[in-house]
Amino acid sequence: MSDTTFRTCPTTGLKVDLDAQKLIKANAVAAVIFLALGGLFGLSVALTRWPAVHLLPADWFYLALTAHGLDVLLLWIIFFEIAVLYFASSTLLNCRLAAPKLGWVAFGLMLGGGLITNVSVLQGQSTVMFTSYPPMMAAQHFYLGLILFAVGALIACGIFFGTLVIAREERTYEGSIPLVTFGALTAAIIAVFTLASGAVILIPTWLWSLGLISHIDPLMYKLVWWAMGHSSQQINVSAHVSVWYAVAAMLFGARPLSEKVSRGAFLMYILFLQLASAHHLLVEPGLSSEWKVFNTSYAMYLAVLGSMIHGLTVPGSIEAAQRKRGFDKGFFEWLRKAPWGNPAFSGMFLSLVMFGFLGGISGVVMGTEQINIIMHNTLYVPGHFHGTVVAGTTLAFMAITYLLIPLIFQREIRFPGLAKWQPYLFGLGVAGISLFMMGAGTLGVSRRHWDITFADAPLDFSYPEAAFLMLALNGISAIAAALGGLFYIVVVVASVFFGRKVEGKVAIAAPSGKAVVATYGSSESLRIPGTIMLVGVFFIAFVLYYFVNWKYLSDIWPMR
Amino acid sequence: MAISPPTERLWWKSPIHRPELIWIIVAFLWGLVMFFMMIWWHATGEQNLATESYRTTPNAYFARTEAMVQQYKVRDINGVPVVRPPVGSDVYLMGRMWLWYPALELVKDQTYRLHLSSLDLQHGFSLQPININVQVHPGYEHVLTITPDQAGEFSIVCNEYCGLGHHTMLGKIFVTESSGVAP
Repeated sequence: MSDTTFRTCPTTGLKVDLDAQKLIKANAVAAVIFLALGGLFGLSVALTRWPAVHLLPADWFYLALTAHGLDVLLLWIIFFEIAVLYFASSTLLNCRLAAPKLGWVAFGLMLGGGLITNVSVLQGQSTVMFTSYPPMMAAQHFYLGLILFAVGALIACGIFFGTLVIAREERTYEGSIPLVTFGALTAAIIAVFTLASGAVILIPTWLWSLGLISHIDPLMYKLVWWAMGHSSQQINVSAHVSVWYAVAAMLFGARPLSEKVSRGAFLMYILFLQLASAHHLLVEPGLSSEWKVFNTSYAMYLAVLGSMIHGLTVPGSIEAAQRKRGFDKGFFEWLRKAPWGNPAFSGMFLSLVMFGFLGGISGVVMGTEQINIIMHNTLYVPGHFHGTVVAGTTLAFMAITYLLIPLIFQREIRFPGLAKWQPYLFGLGVAGISLFMMGAGTLGVSRRHWDITFADAPLDFSYPEAAFLMLALNGISAIAAALGGLFYIVVVVASVFFGRKVEGKVAIAAPSGKAVVATYGSSESLRIPGTIMLVGVFFIAFVLYYFVNWKYLSDIWPMR
Repeated sequence: MAISPPTERLWWKSPIHRPELIWIIVAFLWGLVMFFMMIWWHATGEQNLATESYRTTPNAYFARTEAMVQQYKVRDINGVPVVRPPVGSDVYLMGRMWLWYPALELVKDQTYRLHLSSLDLQHGFSLQPININVQVHPGYEHVLTITPDQAGEFSIVCNEYCGLGHHTMLGKIFVTESSGVAP
């Protein structure tokens, strides 16, 4: 197509396809709107769980919980990921976007589908939770909206693949695609598997809601639905790990320690992450232990291995780049003198640490076949995934927004003071949400539950006092996180619509502003002692927490 | 940089740095430990979830539960029958909107075959304060062989969302001291 118009980015020298730029903007803006909406629902859920506040009545609580999952877990994240896919293909590869018109069709389907499902939830006929387990049935347009959204997202993935093909044919880059694009490719490949699984289960479920199919087996539904539901979390992991690498590259000029290792780790995701549907089926009838053990561990924890590798290589590449720039004293000068006042860095690094310590460790422990017995469907589960999807993915996406606004939207960040504190406030709040929900879950508190005092129940029961304290702390943390989220939205909206136009270069690189780090020396001479120490602390925490939970398990009633 | 093509064209041939290699080995071995831990626990651990399960129908399951209630009911609690089945027998627990039916009275350190199924939607069997959690499906019957090793009153919460009365769904298991019964 000859009518493609480009602008040359004054900061990076990259050619930016203006059609791609518009699509990136549209998808990112839609993402942020759904984040605001879903975040508000999330806050109301947390304030209802706080027994002293108990904000919403029961029907509204369950409705808000359904909408919260839909808007943030699906719509915010996937819209943002589509923006990342277009950026990582078209912009990073200097290439025109394949079929931009189709990109608008995809956007329209996703937006329309997302709105239809939101309407069906708000009408009150689809309070079925995000997971919509049959035989509980939602209104038919709940499923229809999800199907349209998935089709749109699938088309967007196709445009991403098409752009890669065009870039290769038109030789817009030399050699292999950049690591960040490789990570985005990983995300897109997993997305195809995920969205196809979603179609396989949601289309029959939709037909069932229309009365054309008589029965949906609840166990089969869960197996296939989670091939979408959990694998889509692996799209998030691939996307936010790519974002970590991208931020490290843009701020520090960091190059990967070893392309082979980092790409190999992404490959582990493609090969093994799809098995994770089993994480949701560990205490179900009708499945063998062998099936559960093999699948829940991603075939001997090979996908976990991928994440543990990124856990070393991402901070390692920052450390190596910083040492090369002269911050070479002791173990941690490189980290102390990192740009902690830059929200792109603080957000990215908090995301990295919290994803590992909160989301990662708890996920592996909870996904252990037998240990799942003491955690399944307790608040431990949302505690875990707020550590992965919110502290990990959402915070990473927020971090890179602070770079995309000057580069893609070509606007200066408004309210830089607010932006500076935003990742800390949001991160602190989310860490609290994650930890206190896991604490309540360890005490047995059920997830998706309106009243932990059981005031209206025919029988008497109450959770221990400590659980009430946990849920109060969870409510306070949610307020902090919501404020952090509000800061983010205020900064983004103010910058995008009212920010001063960027003229010339954007100063995004680290303080010393030196050029790209070309090499870290030979394989023997690489020095990353600070990262090794961080990784050592992580490993010890992991091992201890893992065995503590086996001890908890051994205290419950014997069963076989 | 990670946002530009690798500087070395033949990047797959460059050697792996030592810290990376050591970490890959450590992480891989730890994965193996965690993998074999699950298998080892199947062989030696006392808490493994049964895989014994059958297809059933709500009507058939209800009939068997009701027969057990008729035969072994000992008292009521707030209108819910309390059943004291024989040691070692098949015990039926039924989830339905919004009650676990019936309440059970078991003997400490004795083993029972606890059947779980649902009459309507999915429910979550969550025994508190011990914290044993098992998903319960309609149409499937799951048989756990359990040995309560603590006496006292235990509550069954429902921890799978099952409609607007979900948070009122409870059940009871009473475990009596073994000395109180003649085996």
